[in-house]
Formats: sequence, structure tokens, C-alpha cells
Amino acid sequence: MALAKDYKSVMGRSNDIMKEALGLDYTEFESGSVAFDYDALMKATNYTLDEINKIQSRTGVGDTPLLELRNLTALSRKYAKPGYGARILVKDEAANASGSFKDRRAACAVAHAKKLGYKGVMAATSGNYGAAVASQAAMQGLKCIIVQECYDSKGVGQPEIVEKARKCEALGAEVIQLTVGPELFYTFLSVLEDTGYFNASLYSPFGIAGVETLGYEIAMECREKYGKDPEMVVCTTAGGGMITGTGRGLLKAGCTNTQVVAASIDLTGLHMASDVQFNKKSCTTGHTGFGVPYATDPDHSDVPRSAARPLRYMDRYVTTTQGEVMYITEALANLEGLERGPAGNTALAAAFSLAQELPEDAILVVSETEYTGAGKHIQPQLDFARENGIEIRFGDPVDDKPGTNIILPANPGLIKCKDADLNHFRKSLIKKAVKKAGVEPTQADLEFLAEETKTDVEFVKKALEEL
Amino acid sequence: MAKKGDWVRIHSIVLKADERTAKLPADTQKCDLQMWTKGFLQDETAEIGDEVTVETAVGRLEKGTLIEVGPYYTHSYGKFVPEIIEIDRQLREVMFGGDK
Repeated sequence: MALAKDYKSVMGRSNDIMKEALGLDYTEFESGSVAFDYDALMKATNYTLDEINKIQSRTGVGDTPLLELRNLTALSRKYAKPGYGARILVKDEAANASGSFKDRRAACAVAHAKKLGYKGVMAATSGNYGAAVASQAAMQGLKCIIVQECYDSKGVGQPEIVEKARKCEALGAEVIQLTVGPELFYTFLSVLEDTGYFNASLYSPFGIAGVETLGYEIAMECREKYGKDPEMVVCTTAGGGMITGTGRGLLKAGCTNTQVVAASIDLTGLHMASDVQFNKKSCTTGHTGFGVPYATDPDHSDVPRSAARPLRYMDRYVTTTQGEVMYITEALANLEGLERGPAGNTALAAAFSLAQELPEDAILVVSETEYTGAGKHIQPQLDFARENGIEIRFGDPVDDKPGTNIILPANPGLIKCKDADLNHFRKSLIKKAVKKAGVEPTQADLEFLAEETKTDVEFVKKALEEL
Repeated sequence: MAKKGDWVRIHSIVLKADERTAKLPADTQKCDLQMWTKGFLQDETAEIGDEVTVETAVGRLEKGTLIEVGPYYTHSYGKFVPEIIEIDRQLREVMFGGDK
């Protein structure tokens, strides 16, 4: 008998569909209370860092160049007090097979799908991850479907997302495009059920374990070239996989004193599921619209428990503006000869200002670049913004209003990232987790929540007292 | 007119506005959830606007309204944005044009 495919029926079978599509039973990791066994989830991949490195190096992934941005460093020092202005380095992740660090996430997941005998892989993503999964699937001879939130109700799409659809198709994938809304998950589940493909989720432990090589490489290359660990690593943050994997990789390399900083474009005020506001943003990822909800509630993704848990690895969370990121993208092209996609440069914009807080001999690493192309470039993105009634002008980025204007810094000295209230996010995670579980937290839960937020039991207790 | 085997783009409504039960902002609540995909036309012949079946790149059969035959992308590097060359000029001046 054919299964009912209406919304309610499919969503009701979500757990079973997921179990089939991941080859992993998440109930094994649950405590029945607030806590779950994160270490066991990560160990469930059964791949060591060395094995992941081997998988990646077979498929054109990893060992990307670590480039010192000498001109941007010199420019940043012009605005720092004497003796300050860290050396800014960037991991040129655009050199991966499909053009972004997402290849690291896809390589491990797709290789695992192949090993388990799945005929195809699926992923729900409007970002570079689609291209990464499609690229890896092509190499492994697997079929691939990417489900994208792509258009507003009038069928208008951000040039950046449209380009990503093109790239997925160029790499052999089917791209299912949808209008705005979280029910994308229904379509995703329904097709997953029909095809029996592997869910190459961004948030599976395979995906996150794949990023650990990035943190590890950064540590090793800094030691080799500069004889020390980096003082700071800045990661563009959306769903939190980059900072989680990089943070874990740095720790595996023994970088215990490296400050790990999350950076997102501030899009406060724009609702991510709003049809009207969908095309009022001029960047489609690396922003707070993903960064904050995923940091404070990692488990609202497409897997029962997300392996991306950014607050565990984050020492600081800073925000930048769309205008600052566009400006620094142009600076990277003009002063360093590196034309790269804007979204990946969110961390670079933050780094330009963070470097000024550190002494000249400090090493600051930006964890990624991404490919650029038609649509995925500051000119089409600014042009699209202007067409959508967004004011673009030079000025002070403090006047930035997401959805209303894009302020390009009138001079590079005006690029100043802002500190977000990390403790507020930590408390928010604690409260949401306890509320969701609906039970009185045990001592083990308190310890778990301290780990989840990189704090201590006292901090967790205080947060809960505020409930 | 499209014929069997042509590469086409189809459109369909996944959920009508009143069937959407997820927590949504008011503007999105008023919209249907729409879907687009591409594939080889399975019907013998079809006109734009016809309900058709396609076989997608992975071999799935999907139904929808035929909206485009031989679909192609039109996204580009965008129209001229004068601010970009202003950034370039400014950066070169700050870096290499002396301490103005």
C-alpha cells in the first residue's frame, strides 16, 4: 500500500525516515533528560582524523594554501595604535574541489553513504554545501538531489542562490527549488522517503568531523611557518559547522590558547521566513539570521541532534555589516589579487578590525574563502540590492540598517566589528534546552549545559535561576 | 510546443496558503509554497501551461506545470555599480598614494 504523502503524514514519519536516511539511531545518545552524549555522537562516525584526511585528499579536498595577506595587514596597521595590528592570514578554502570549505563536510558524508551502499545523497541547502555534495557525489558515482529555498512568492531569487543552483546542476545534481518557508523540510523528507537516499545533512557527525581537518591544518601550518600557534582564528558563522569543526580540529592539534571567534553579518530585524524580506537581504549566508538561532538552539536542524554546537568552541561572537563585508571583498581583490565570494569574507571583515586589538607579532587566521562567479560577487549582489530599493552609499557602518541600506565604509578605518553578548546567547541556550526537555535538570544535565556553553556549573545554575 | 525527451522546467504548488500550518510571518502565510524542478518531458507533446510529467536528473518522475522548454540561467555579474570603482580608487590611494 502506498504511504500517505500529505504534510502531516510525512512529518509524522520524520524519525523513521531520518533513521533510514542516516544509518544512525540517535536515540542511542539520549539520556532521557536534557543531556545527550555528544562525544558518543561524534565517535559514531568511526573515522579518525587521519582517515578523514585520506578520504579528503582522494577527492581534491583539504590541504588548501594558508596565505598571508600582507597588504591588508599593512592597511589594518594604519588604523591601529603603534606596535599593534596582527598578521592576517587566510585559509584559501576556495581551492577545494567545488570552491568552498563545505567540501570537507561533504567528502566524509558522501564517502560514508557510498560505503553503506546508498544509491544517492540528498541535502537541504541554499548554500555552497549543495555544490560540495554534488561534487563529491559525482566523484563517488552517486546520484544527488539538492533542495533549495530559492525564491520569493514572485519567483525572484537572490543572484547568489541562483548561481549555487546552477553549480549544483553543472555537477550533475537535481535541484528542487522552493519558495520561502520552513516546510522545505516536508519536501525534503518526502523525497528522501521516496528515493531512499542518504541524508548528507550539514549537521550530521560526518559533516562536522570533516571540518576538523581545517582546524588541524591551520595549527600545523602556523607552527611550521611561524613557529607558533595562532593567537586568534576567526570563523564566518551561520549554522555553526565551521566554528565547531575548526574549534575541534584546533583542540585536537593542541591549540588550547588560541582564541576562537565567530563572526556573522548583522541582519537583526529581518525575518528569515518572511516572503517580503527574503530579498531585502543582500547576502544569503554568514549572517545572524542563521548564526544566532543555530548557536542558541542547535537542534532545530534537519537531524535529531546537531553535531554543530558552536557555543562549545566559541570564545567571542562579533558582528559585521553587509557594507563592511562587500568593502573587504573588494579590498581582497584589489590589494591581495584574490577575487573571492563575499559571504566567506564575513570573518575577514571582522579580522581586519580584530587584528588592530592584537600586537604586530600575533597571528590571526581567517578560516575560509569561497569561490566567486556570476551572481556570487559584490557587483550583482549590490545591483540586486539597489533594484530592491536598498540604499547604497558611503558612510559610517554604524548607520547600517539591514533591509534598508548598505553603508560602505567611507574609509577602511571605519570597519569595526561589534561584540555580541555571548553570555546572553549562552543563557538562551541553557533556557531553551531545559524548556525543551521539560524536566528538572539533573547534576549530569548541569555539567552537560556547562560544556554546551563553554562555562561552568555555577553559570548554568545562575542562568536557570533567572527562569 | 515541447516534445517527449525535451529538457524542461516545471512548477507546482506543494502547499496552498491555507494548508500551511508552520509558524510563519503573516506575509509568508498568505503565499503558496511553490516548487520548481527540471527534467526530460515524458508526455508525447505539451504546451506551456500544460500539466506534465518529467524524469529528473536522478531519474525521479515529477509532475507539474510546464513553464519553460530548454531552461537556462540569466544571472550575471550585475549592472555597473559605481561605488565599486570608488572603493578601488580609495584603497590604492590609502595604500600607495602617500599619507594623505
